[in-house]
Amino acid sequence: MYKKNVYTVLENECIAESVYRMVLEGDTSYITVPGQFINLKLEGRYLRRPISVCDWDENTITIIYKVVGDGTKDMSEAVRGDRFDILTGLGNGFSTGHMKKGQHAVVIGGGVGVPPLYALVKKLIAEGVKVTAVLGFNEKAQIFYEEEFKKIGAEVFVTTVDGSYGTKGFVTDVLKDIDYDFYFTCGPEPMLRAVHKLGKEKNVCGLLSFEARMGCGFGACMGCSCETIAGNKRICVEGPVMKSEEVML
Amino acid sequence: MSDIRVWLGDFELSNPVIPASGTYGFGYEFAQFYDINILGSISLKGTTIEARYGNPLPRIAECREGIINAIGLQNPGVDKVISEELPKLRKVFSKKSIANISGFSIDDYVATAKRFDEIDDIAILEINISCPNVHGGGMAFGQDPEQAASVCRAVKAACEKPVYMKLSPNVTSIVDIAKACEAAGADGLVLINTMLGMRIDPRTGKKVVSTGAAGFSGPAVKPVAVRMVYQVYDAVNIPIIGVGGIQSADDVIEMLYAGASAVQVGAANLVDPYACKNIIEELPVKMKEYGIDKLTDIIGKAH
Repeated sequence: MYKKNVYTVLENECIAESVYRMVLEGDTSYITVPGQFINLKLEGRYLRRPISVCDWDENTITIIYKVVGDGTKDMSEAVRGDRFDILTGLGNGFSTGHMKKGQHAVVIGGGVGVPPLYALVKKLIAEGVKVTAVLGFNEKAQIFYEEEFKKIGAEVFVTTVDGSYGTKGFVTDVLKDIDYDFYFTCGPEPMLRAVHKLGKEKNVCGLLSFEARMGCGFGACMGCSCETIAGNKRICVEGPVMKSEEVML
Repeated sequence: MSDIRVWLGDFELSNPVIPASGTYGFGYEFAQFYDINILGSISLKGTTIEARYGNPLPRIAECREGIINAIGLQNPGVDKVISEELPKLRKVFSKKSIANISGFSIDDYVATAKRFDEIDDIAILEINISCPNVHGGGMAFGQDPEQAASVCRAVKAACEKPVYMKLSPNVTSIVDIAKACEAAGADGLVLINTMLGMRIDPRTGKKVVSTGAAGFSGPAVKPVAVRMVYQVYDAVNIPIIGVGGIQSADDVIEMLYAGASAVQVGAANLVDPYACKNIIEELPVKMKEYGIDKLTDIIGKAH
């Protein structure tokens, strides 16, 4: 179910190069699963901005976003007390019910694909699943949440494309040497494709979260449809999380 | 008490607000936000004889006071619309809907329209001869009075239900197309579909929507829609549904003064899922403020 409400900014801070973390206060009752997203209205911008939920509790939502255009630039300038009209409870999110206690899950995030994996890791660990996080960034200045993932109990590997921190290369350069029962991933499409391919080689299934420019975010406009083996799906409603067996990458 | 009822021929609407095709899916997504039975009617997602995936992503982008979109008529095809989508809609909507029909040949239009003609809770067949986002059909039929008339005549000959032609603004004279449709037997007109627009990202130099040119809609196009409804109202004697940038009760009243008997709300639904509900609730307030007792009193009264 969806909810439209007004939320108040509690915090909005830069945590890495062009990357901001915003904490919003308001009704969080419609956010039920890690990997869902919110759709935020900005004054003077016509369409809403879909942003994945990094974490939430009874009355706050944490989002992490990168400034990539005019809308996210506006967001980065918000200060404590500013208010936003937001739709919450959007998207299917990551299901974890199939994981068994003691199994080993890997979460793989690329850039601002990392945030939705945070609440997921908390949930997996609470359910007794062993978690390894492989977080990929372009360079050291863009890294965020390495410590936060460690704090909630994940083993963490960081990769950078330019080698300025962690393992030089891509997430798959670390992932290939890990044995895992299942994977969860969110990030740019080339990364999803590489992770999906590796999963196939290892004969391991996973859940992949996709990003798309959206119109409405709740299934009305067909602006974000994609073709899957199981037919056309709207990334905003039947996604953003899709099964490795059904995606066409 | 303000009277907000309007009529499209014999079809009585409790109010003039109809979500526009393509911005409201098959209605049921919006039932999660409010009781959609408050709507006058719903213009359903554009339907073709065969299923269509539509255009590659990205299909949509914003611009100042509006959007451009190139969805490309994604729909599951008329059979699945009737067997799967309409039953889902019926669970949450007890009024009659408007079927929006697209095609790539006159035979396509007729075949799809005939299927909807058999469905009891479809009140009107809205024939889309103005989709700018598909090749070899769609808008091509709406840019020539002869071709528009041919589609209209063929559908009228094959169907019992009222036929409304949805017109493109991307023409030299929308009045000529409107008159041709009326002469071919159209029971009403819907105008306007999206204008053709384009955006290029200054950071990358690349087109923002995959198809390049795409349909431009939203509040920015409202003056064009009002002008076209006004001109067409002078030229025809059939009801007009006014569409283009409507997002407030004032916009509805403006469109009715221009000559529309009802309105469709499009882009606003994507930004605010409560857009139609808010407009319907605001209408009596604005009517009282302006001293309007019955909405039907103001239709075409700007002339």
